[in-house]
Amino acid sequence: MALLIQAVILGILSGGVYALMASGMTLIFGVMRIINVAQGIFVILGAYLSYKLEQTLHLDLFVGLLLTMPAMFALGVVVQWAFIRRLKRDDRIMMSFLVTYAVALVIEGVLTFLFSTNYVQLYAWYVDATFGVVGFYFRYFDVFAFGLSVVLLAGLYLLVYRTRFGYSLRASMQDPTAAALIGIDVERVSAITLGLGTALAAAGGVGFGAGSLFNPASSYDLILRLVVIIVLGGLGSLQGALVASLLMLVVGSVTTVLWSDTWSRLVFFVLLTVLLVFRPQGLFGRLEARQQ
Amino acid sequence: MLARSNLFNGRYLSVFVGIVMVLASLSACTTSNSTNNSTTPQNTSPITIGYTVPRTGDFSGDGPLLEQGYQLWADQINKNGGLLGRQVKLIGEDDASKPEQVTTDYQSLITVNHVDLLFAPFSGDLTVPAAIVAHRFGYVMVEGAATEKATYLHGLDNLFAVSLPAEHYITSFANFILSLPQAQRPTTAAYVTSNDPFTEPQVAAARDLLENNGQPGGLDSVLYRTFGPETTNYRTLAAEIVQSGAQVVVLGTLDVNGLSQFLKYFRSQHYNPEALIAATGPDQGSAYLNAIGDGNPKDTAFANRMAEGTFVPNDGWYPGINTYQNDVFTQDWQAKNPGQPPDGISSDTVQGFAAAQVLQQAIEATHSIDNTTLKAYLRSHTFNSIQGAVQFDAQGRNTVAVAFLFQWQNGKLIPVYPPSRAAANPEFPKMPWP
Repeated sequence: MALLIQAVILGILSGGVYALMASGMTLIFGVMRIINVAQGIFVILGAYLSYKLEQTLHLDLFVGLLLTMPAMFALGVVVQWAFIRRLKRDDRIMMSFLVTYAVALVIEGVLTFLFSTNYVQLYAWYVDATFGVVGFYFRYFDVFAFGLSVVLLAGLYLLVYRTRFGYSLRASMQDPTAAALIGIDVERVSAITLGLGTALAAAGGVGFGAGSLFNPASSYDLILRLVVIIVLGGLGSLQGALVASLLMLVVGSVTTVLWSDTWSRLVFFVLLTVLLVFRPQGLFGRLEARQQ
Repeated sequence: MLARSNLFNGRYLSVFVGIVMVLASLSACTTSNSTNNSTTPQNTSPITIGYTVPRTGDFSGDGPLLEQGYQLWADQINKNGGLLGRQVKLIGEDDASKPEQVTTDYQSLITVNHVDLLFAPFSGDLTVPAAIVAHRFGYVMVEGAATEKATYLHGLDNLFAVSLPAEHYITSFANFILSLPQAQRPTTAAYVTSNDPFTEPQVAAARDLLENNGQPGGLDSVLYRTFGPETTNYRTLAAEIVQSGAQVVVLGTLDVNGLSQFLKYFRSQHYNPEALIAATGPDQGSAYLNAIGDGNPKDTAFANRMAEGTFVPNDGWYPGINTYQNDVFTQDWQAKNPGQPPDGISSDTVQGFAAAQVLQQAIEATHSIDNTTLKAYLRSHTFNSIQGAVQFDAQGRNTVAVAFLFQWQNGKLIPVYPPSRAAANPEFPKMPWP
């Protein structure tokens, strides 16, 4: 029983970090109707930026986010301005897939050139340090990273649902044409959204890069997981990204304990398939959009 | 008119195609035999040896290293006057890490290039299709880099594997544990392995040995788990090991990333097994130390303390080992890689060279490159290689290869078992984590 509780806690802590990475991706889809397959490499790029700041300036991983998140925000805006806004509306989803894949390949190539394919890991005193609670030891970093996820996701929620920009954003999500007719600059909203999503990837990169070793090719496995999360949660839904992240990681951990790690993905995908049969829109997909 | 058109209808066409195929096969066999028997003293044409290696694709890192072993051997032979007085010419192709490409290439090497002999590609996945083609045309295949158990299960009597079978890699560790006095010997063990054909048989074999095949004196297996190749979060598995409280931990990891997550989790939970071994990871030198370190590549002290006491399986070769022609092999390798220490020699290169050594001994002993003659000789004799002695059983496995056990001690990999090969005593029980 203790092992099961432990597995659930580990799943929740890891799920929080995945929620951070996936929330940016689902937000981008919700507003821009594009599938940003570069989100995985954005996370890895964020991790490398934190790594470089820590190695050269000895900047704390979380303090470093004050530099890396704005930088990544700017990168997202540039990508939107340079590539995404030129896509025509009728084949936007397919073309966005190709464009963001190209962006991902370029970034991966640059990272490989600069850092090689050797694995690295983020370091700070709290990455491996632990504290004990009823016979179980938690890493400080897991708790800090989960806390960061909660803070950033709460901030994102307030931004989307409690600000004037949020109204513009949600209007653009529901109907870009109608939003433009009432005076909303949809292109500007899109640029800021891609910037936000990319900045969140920087924060996710710290969580990912301190949890395991990474190299530029680590983005491939990551993007697959993120796509699964936003499909399960419902494309465009922040709540969905959060719940799906926790669900995926907790189901994986619990299956490993109760049955076998070999079957953990199968169990999750069976659940995903069954859910999509009854709710093709995912957990919080279209329903949430209508409620907005 | 009707009869003429029938000639090209299905039945006649099938017969025609069949005859052509039989003639083609006979032609290839005839060609093969004619080249194989051409060992008269007057024949000064080069002996051609064909092979493929993966220069691209999944195994592109290993392929060129294996090829380097073949090339080092050929260079050494040619420098010393050749084989049976003839120079050796290698014909190597890129199989792109694909079994279907291997099949095509080996058919081409035999029927188009008319090579005299064959070397093998890399890994069991590629060697088996190559050996099947070789078998069809009556060629022997002496190989070094396919050590997986599945390689030997195809009934190929032309396949001879000179390297230690992978399932025996961890046996030296098990033997060491069982050699401990009863009072010191641990009583429990946990096993977690990738369900990969390379690692799982190793771990399963180690478990059978450590359990002492059910006899008294063995260790109780308190946990046996497998994980899939796509697993990236190892902490739940590590938590199970911690929960088991096993005194011995055997990990069938595939890379340093997975292993580092296990070790860091153990340390975070203040769990320190008395002995720990991993199939892959701790054998990767500086890459391993970087992975388990504190993130600062210049600060090796912490990484060395993390690595301290970790056991490492060895497949029968290490730099400086006193085996057949190892000194010459090492000198030649260093001449080709100026400034590089012998620690940089890949096991792929060693395995390629060892396979070639065995084939060379069979040729020199029989004074023949006839594949049928070579097969009979390989089946019934003992050979030497830089990996040690070689003797094949009915399935083509090397039955006399010996696994060594290494251990990280003070930042270095040291051979510690068996005692006849040990440079230091094994450190047991393992030191606490830093």
